[in-house]
Amino acid sequence: MSELWCDQGQGFHPASTSDYLPVPQLRDLQLRRLKSVVRRAYDHVALFRQRMDEKNLTPNSLRSLEDLRRLPFTQKSDLRDTYPFGMFASPMQEVVRVHASSGTTGKPIVVAYTREDVAVWTSVMVRSFAACGLHQGDIIQNAYGYGLFTGGLGAHYGAESLGATVIPISGGNTQRQIMVLKDFGVTAICCTPSYFLHLLDQCQALGVNIRELPLRAGVFGAEPWTEAMRLRIEAESNIEAFDIYGLSEIIGPGVAIECGHHTGLHMFEDHFYPEIIDLETDQPVPDGMEGELVLTTLTKRGMPMIRYRTHDISAIIPEECPCGRTIRRIERIARRSDDMLIIRGVNMFPSQIEAALLAIEGTLPHYQIILSREQGLDQVEVQVEVTPELFSDRVSALEDLQTRLARGIENSIGLRVAVRLVEPHTIQRSEGKAKRVIDRRTL
Amino acid sequence: MKIHQLSLFLENKPGAMSAPCRLLAQAGLNIITLSLADTEKFGILRLILRDWEKARQILEKGGCVVKVTEVVAIEVPDRPGGLLEILDGVEKAGVNVEYMYAFSLRQSHKALLVFRFDHPDAAIEALLQNGVTVLDSLAAFGRSEE
Repeated sequence: MSELWCDQGQGFHPASTSDYLPVPQLRDLQLRRLKSVVRRAYDHVALFRQRMDEKNLTPNSLRSLEDLRRLPFTQKSDLRDTYPFGMFASPMQEVVRVHASSGTTGKPIVVAYTREDVAVWTSVMVRSFAACGLHQGDIIQNAYGYGLFTGGLGAHYGAESLGATVIPISGGNTQRQIMVLKDFGVTAICCTPSYFLHLLDQCQALGVNIRELPLRAGVFGAEPWTEAMRLRIEAESNIEAFDIYGLSEIIGPGVAIECGHHTGLHMFEDHFYPEIIDLETDQPVPDGMEGELVLTTLTKRGMPMIRYRTHDISAIIPEECPCGRTIRRIERIARRSDDMLIIRGVNMFPSQIEAALLAIEGTLPHYQIILSREQGLDQVEVQVEVTPELFSDRVSALEDLQTRLARGIENSIGLRVAVRLVEPHTIQRSEGKAKRVIDRRTL
Repeated sequence: MKIHQLSLFLENKPGAMSAPCRLLAQAGLNIITLSLADTEKFGILRLILRDWEKARQILEKGGCVVKVTEVVAIEVPDRPGGLLEILDGVEKAGVNVEYMYAFSLRQSHKALLVFRFDHPDAAIEALLQNGVTVLDSLAAFGRSEE
């Protein structure tokens, strides 16, 4: 029976009911949930209580959604400073899962899920897939990485709960991906958009005509991408490409999703309350204006996030979407307000590479990070200026040095990098300070 | 018995070699011999100069990374088997050759070899025992700088 339910035409998937709540009821639900989550964080998270106390605020100070702006922000560094479990609001026996993503230094940030949190995550992923027109009977190839990264398991649980057939192939091994795509009757794929472009290239190289396959939808996320990239994907593969947004600190993928109109991403705001703040003043701006996206988890139990600074630049689209959903949309995210880099879906800060270089040789040489995209895959080259301390007159010693630096960085950020030794003073400096990152990736 | 060699780091790109050569030319310093080790990504230029200390100063001031290495220069009979005899002796002493390069001088019929050994002192001892001529100074390199 449920195979008939899908999000196309006038119909919608039953799981998507909350997408269409009347606005007054939605706001009322948000306020009640907000009060509850703020109370929970205040009672169980020392850092949050301390920040509230400093501002002479209690959970009772919150009387309307507008009052949220008075509450303190939560930063990524707060998660690092309280590593590993300091932000948990549930005792460990109630935590059924942890994930981790990279922090600003070598230590990852750890996020917790109770059984209820996993259920909420699954439900927003079901709503995401439903918004992409997927339903029972679809065969979904999940090429997001399984593991500490939230992408793989998040999409997996959602697709399975939707009733679709999940192929948990995880990331990498392009030839096998193409074989499965071709032989298993796959109708939808989940991966980063840049990896899908690589798959397209490889299909061509292997003589596989992707346009003749049953594949009809792609759910692409974990990195910023552009409208131009969507046009290229859709023109080359004849599938419909959907942008999905999420971050581990909030829940993982499934925070917001495009519907078939592709005019911004619907935020599942019955669970994640969005604010946009001014980049200079940190004050909330009216809907429609651009700024940094700040998110509050309304229902999270294991690790509630109050006013989490995503550093993603977006805007809330106040107009109603032609699809009829009442949950608001955000503009697709194309840039960030800090120096965090997203490489093959993995978060990375230049400071992590710096820390790794320092740890390996004991001195910090001038370095530069060059990002490029080859065959749809992000490539990282770290150029290191040779100093008298690093230099040896033996080729093997210099090659060892390159390998040692590459391994050290790889261990720190979890990504393979190429290290290139360069002559002194060849990395450009402006006002004495080197530009650390050159991003040559074209989206 | 060891002589000083300057090693320079170079990127593998057009023009990388001309910069240090220009610095030396402007200072009027003659290169007695050189060798270039290259890999896909970088190269190491090794130079023998009479006034190596001055050359080092000039190169470092010009922004080069310079390393001074002690190498051993020896005379090799310019005939088949000449090199083999020398290597045999060094090998027996358990010394490893890190790298070497050869050149010859116009005035003589002897070839000259520059060796970088992992244990130069042990190598020199072995070479002398085998009756090999180890150059003890650059004066022997013949060519003079005006």
